[in-house]
Amino acid sequence: MASSIAEKVPIKKSFYDESGGHKGILAWLLSTDHKRIGIMYLMSMLTFFLVAVFIGVFMRLELISPGETLMSAHTYNALFTLHGVLMIFFFIIPGIPAAFGNFFLPLQIGAKDVAFPRLNLLSYWLYLVGVVFALLSLFTGPGPADTGWTFYAPYSIRTNTNVTLAVFAAFILGFSSILTGLNFLTTIHRLRAPGMSFFKMPLFCWSLYATGWIQILATPILGITVALVIVERLLGVGVFDPVKGGDPVLYQHLFWIYSHPAVYIMVLPAMGILTEIIPTFARRTIFGYKAIAFSSMAIAFVGYLVWGHHMFTSGISDTSRMAFSFLTFLVAIPSAIKVFNWLATLYKGSIDVQPPFLYGISFILLFSIGGLTGLVLGSLATDIHVHDTYFVVAHFHYVMFGGTGFIFFAALHYWGPKMFGRMYNIKISYLAWIFMFIGFNTLYMSMFILGYKGMPRRYYDALPEFQDLHVIATVGSWILVVGLLIMFGNLWVGFRKGEKAPMNPWGGTTLEWTVPTPPPLENFDKIPTVVHEPYYHAPSQEKSDGEK
Amino acid sequence: MSQSADLIMEKHFDPVGARVGMWLFLFTELLLFGGLFLLYAIYLNKYPDEFHYASSQLDQFVGALNTIILLTSSLTMVLSVGALQRNSRNLSMLFLVVTFLLGAAFLVNKYFEWGAKIHHGIYPNSAELLQHPQGEIIFYGLYYTMTGLHGLHVIVGMVIMLFLLVFIGRKRSTVMTMAHGNLEKLLGKSLSLTGPKNQKIWQSEPISEEVQEIKLVVKGLITQEKMNSNAVKLENSGLYWHLVDIIWIFLFPLFYLIAI
Repeated sequence: MASSIAEKVPIKKSFYDESGGHKGILAWLLSTDHKRIGIMYLMSMLTFFLVAVFIGVFMRLELISPGETLMSAHTYNALFTLHGVLMIFFFIIPGIPAAFGNFFLPLQIGAKDVAFPRLNLLSYWLYLVGVVFALLSLFTGPGPADTGWTFYAPYSIRTNTNVTLAVFAAFILGFSSILTGLNFLTTIHRLRAPGMSFFKMPLFCWSLYATGWIQILATPILGITVALVIVERLLGVGVFDPVKGGDPVLYQHLFWIYSHPAVYIMVLPAMGILTEIIPTFARRTIFGYKAIAFSSMAIAFVGYLVWGHHMFTSGISDTSRMAFSFLTFLVAIPSAIKVFNWLATLYKGSIDVQPPFLYGISFILLFSIGGLTGLVLGSLATDIHVHDTYFVVAHFHYVMFGGTGFIFFAALHYWGPKMFGRMYNIKISYLAWIFMFIGFNTLYMSMFILGYKGMPRRYYDALPEFQDLHVIATVGSWILVVGLLIMFGNLWVGFRKGEKAPMNPWGGTTLEWTVPTPPPLENFDKIPTVVHEPYYHAPSQEKSDGEK
Repeated sequence: MSQSADLIMEKHFDPVGARVGMWLFLFTELLLFGGLFLLYAIYLNKYPDEFHYASSQLDQFVGALNTIILLTSSLTMVLSVGALQRNSRNLSMLFLVVTFLLGAAFLVNKYFEWGAKIHHGIYPNSAELLQHPQGEIIFYGLYYTMTGLHGLHVIVGMVIMLFLLVFIGRKRSTVMTMAHGNLEKLLGKSLSLTGPKNQKIWQSEPISEEVQEIKLVVKGLITQEKMNSNAVKLENSGLYWHLVDIIWIFLFPLFYLIAI
């Protein structure tokens, strides 16, 4: 049986062997192949992720004992700015769409590439240019920015540090993000394989579609906001400067008009990947396909109207505070719809707890904790109490790291074998998960308590009564990092030297599992015709599973 | 729609897709300016008197002239697009040059207008301007930012026109390529070019196995395919130029006419 299948699948060169006539690194930097671009993004982003993780560890070390432990207050300010900028602009916003979206969107919809392959490469180059400017801002002139990743005016227009270069980097990264979104939207509209209607599209593509709209409709606002900070610093036009009649609160409005939807740029694709992983490992189709698809669009839409909840203490009017609070609660509805649908999919499924499933399912618990504490922050009275405390820090780390971060790792375990053609050690990845899960909760759960007790965020020192919890959090950060290192080490060794991965290691049903591992250039010999819905598990396959 | 996906990828040519991409890009441009229009609305509401006074100090005549120039340039852009769609290359290029010149005229006007203001000491952070009431500082801040960003877009549009002139003007075109499997049939044979009376003009060496690819390039000829692809490029650039025009149509009344 196996040999007859092997005969049927023609041996094709994988995309790693098609260098497009260039040598070495140029074969990557000049390639318009969506798979190569996806892998370049992945490698760059993981590099910045690890750098930012270690900056985080240093910040935790500073807080382990009272007073100045390792660094001055100013260094600490620069470090939390850099940690935020790297994690948000270089890792988690491009994150899943740029790495896994690039690689798997064309594969999942049965296309040979994205709609504008050269534009795709341009997005990556812009990303690199952004990286260069961010690095320049660190090592030239008056030193790294110390404003926090939010670049709030008026401090950002007055500080002598290198804010101009840092926000210019953010501007360029925004441009790169817009081009990726534009490319994906056009791809989804124009390049779906015959028979694949919108409602036969895998739900990861739906989440990328919703994300693409946010990228296009929100990012320009960030562009103009940071451009105004630059203009303000260079020319002093005064629009955010109270001395000249400007209003700094307007900066916060403009910034959050982008940056709140950006939260959904970060988390929607993660939800999409989980929606791929769950049917694969539960061996049954997704429950509530349309509800999940529409809830992605609903989150994208309502997420646009809630930015004011970042500004409850900034002096905006009571009417707008109540409106923003109400709208914030509304976002919880589509998010909950997704969670219930995932759980309903698992119900009576024949669940196979492989590493991708384990990492993925952690999302549901961690994201729920993050999401429900989000409601604490969304209600006016409690927000006044915990605003700008460690409670907020814990909340968004649960959503971003516990949510998107864990799904990023789940995707590495799920799709990594397809991307790199080799398998990692499954037992070690369980071990890494245990370390990460314990470390993560020790670190951030203690932050919830710290914040509730009144520990403000962004302080390099703490009052004595917070000391015990800070020590616990710092120890948690060590456990978490050990888990991360085990996981990345395992993946690195596995993807370089592991066993060859089969075409469909997990029994997935979407189109990316029908092409060889790793996929050839232009993916499909013949563009497939789609008949079934994406998560159709054929009855015969279930029977053969049962026989085993 | 998705039925054509195979075809699109084979020929790497999808006019509808290109148009979809362009419209999405135009949305982002509108939102980019949208942030500034939002600021304008809020500050107009906060400082109505100062805005009216400062607006009356701008030169309405130059503003109106620039509006006419830009609207006319949109017309010539449309004429250029129409001409290329009817395969009249030269006419299309002529209109494109006119559009370019109108864009340049707009910038020249803008240069003198800004120059006059700067000559009077009215520019961001100038000692003169800081003496004025806060509302006027903000008005001129927005004036320089918004018309400046718009001017930048005019310049980008003109650079795009230069590229288009090169694309449309280029007369060299590959007619046909043969590679891999097709070449096996030709092994050992040679290609020749014969005149109208069957006289041999040129003959190639016999085709050996080292030959990877044969390309037939005819100079001075433009295939219909090339023509179509240029028409799509021109049409999308036209859309961009109209966007630049539309933004000006909002900037003009907001800065020049509110005091009238």
